Amino acid sequence: MKLFEQDVLPSGLASPALPQDTVFTTVSDFVRTTLIIAELEIRKLSHDATDLLIRAVQPTLWLLIFGQVFSQIRAIPTGNLSYQSFLAPGILAQSVMFISIFYGLTVIWERDLGILQKFLVSPSPRAALVSGKALSAGVRALSQAVLIYLLSFLLGVQIDWNPLALLGVLFTVFLGAGIFATFSMIVACIVKTRERFMGIGQVLTMPLFFASNAIYPISLMPPWLQGIALVNPLTYLVDALRSLMLVGVVNVQQVLIDLLVLVLVLLVMVTIAARKYPQVVV
Amino acid sequence: MAILETEQLTRKFGDFTAVNALTLNVEAGEVFGLLGPNGAGKTTTIKMLTTLLPPTAGSAQIAGLDVVKQASAVRRIIGYVPQMLSADGTLTGYENLLIFAKLYDLAREAREKRVREALSFMGLTDAADRLVRTYSGGMIRRLEIAQSMIHAPRVLFLDEPTVGLDPVARNTVWDRIGELRREYGTTIILTTHYMEEADALCNRVAIMHLGVIAAIGTPNELKQNLGGNVTLDDVFAHYTGAALEAGGNYRETFRARRTAQRLG
Repeated sequence: MKLFEQDVLPSGLASPALPQDTVFTTVSDFVRTTLIIAELEIRKLSHDATDLLIRAVQPTLWLLIFGQVFSQIRAIPTGNLSYQSFLAPGILAQSVMFISIFYGLTVIWERDLGILQKFLVSPSPRAALVSGKALSAGVRALSQAVLIYLLSFLLGVQIDWNPLALLGVLFTVFLGAGIFATFSMIVACIVKTRERFMGIGQVLTMPLFFASNAIYPISLMPPWLQGIALVNPLTYLVDALRSLMLVGVVNVQQVLIDLLVLVLVLLVMVTIAARKYPQVVV
Repeated sequence: MAILETEQLTRKFGDFTAVNALTLNVEAGEVFGLLGPNGAGKTTTIKMLTTLLPPTAGSAQIAGLDVVKQASAVRRIIGYVPQMLSADGTLTGYENLLIFAKLYDLAREAREKRVREALSFMGLTDAADRLVRTYSGGMIRRLEIAQSMIHAPRVLFLDEPTVGLDPVARNTVWDRIGELRREYGTTIILTTHYMEEADALCNRVAIMHLGVIAAIGTPNELKQNLGGNVTLDDVFAHYTGAALEAGGNYRETFRARRTAQRLG
């Protein structure tokens, strides 16, 4: 029995000579591989989406319990927005971050198993393996966005249903998930073991969350914390989502600045992660 | 014609020299075995040859391509089955193959056909649409080999392909490896702890010890050198001596046992 009938020895064996690498083939290789890695993630989720259900619990609690209580006591001045409207995009950003920031763990897991080694031995561009993971994190984050939109609708949040605004939210969610997933992968590639990664992940998550405008406006913070909030990518993510998700908050110029910052951060993260990625197997 | 050549290939980790000035030729179509106790440098050698680990010094070529300078071209013509469990348990067998067929950019028409043929070659057609985590150890190993063969590599690297398998599963894997070479002319480089495996499969073996090659030749030549009336086990013990107990650390042991447990 032959493995591949159309192949004849030895000319049927793989050839290293490919058409000349051009900018076009480089870009198309990158995009193709990124999409394959994301397809892999979607196939996994289609077999078992339990993780997404479990992930739905936390934002639900924040919106229903924290949101309700803080609207009642009116402790946080949110201008002409109800507190729950103010909170909803913040919790969306938070969920995007939480679902992505432990993504590095999958890198360590796949390294320990040997799956990662096989991907690295394939001719796939390293940056595409990384951006594929970033896109996969976005796919997962999307499930959170759907849930939060549903809850927000039920809670009477003034959602902007303009298709452009929805598209903007979609794009922003992918950007945010990509940033935190690649950041997490960089950490994983540096610390290399699950135990150390979990420790660092726990230490980083809460400060990133609290030093942002997710659950209260920056203006309420002491000056030193405002400084941190301004270099925290989560702040820009929240700000963009708040403008895009709610009726009457749109400030086009500010949204564009937010998105520009997020795109730049993502590019930097992917570049660093692509360099670090192969070292995780050493 | 040598399809794989290394020249003074060396890898250091800090002060420790894992592979020390390895010079080696493997002919096209050979099944070549790298033997040696834990910590002898087998896996490090394989990692350098598969472009996963840059050498500290020296060079290696596969089909005339440098594994460092032309890594991307090398990756197109090699396949690799790591020692650890490398099939994805949360996907089906079919999906595991499909993803790699796509990563290697097989043409759309050829892709489906190759995946089906690879499944049938490895006797996995009936299990194709089951999640891999329901597979037996032998099935997983066969799937992994199918995965690494999907792009018809010229050189296939197998790191301890039968660790943790029961004798029946091991025999099936041996059969498939032998047939790949016969039918297909793939050069196969494998590492193993099992001397009967090396004896049954390999045209030539190299016994590594402390990062260098202690002996190299056909299994018969190596036995003849020690008087002829010996097994490959004796040859192995002769060249690696008391080091048998010294090799391996906690991490390696942990991994080997865990792999064995999963596959078993």
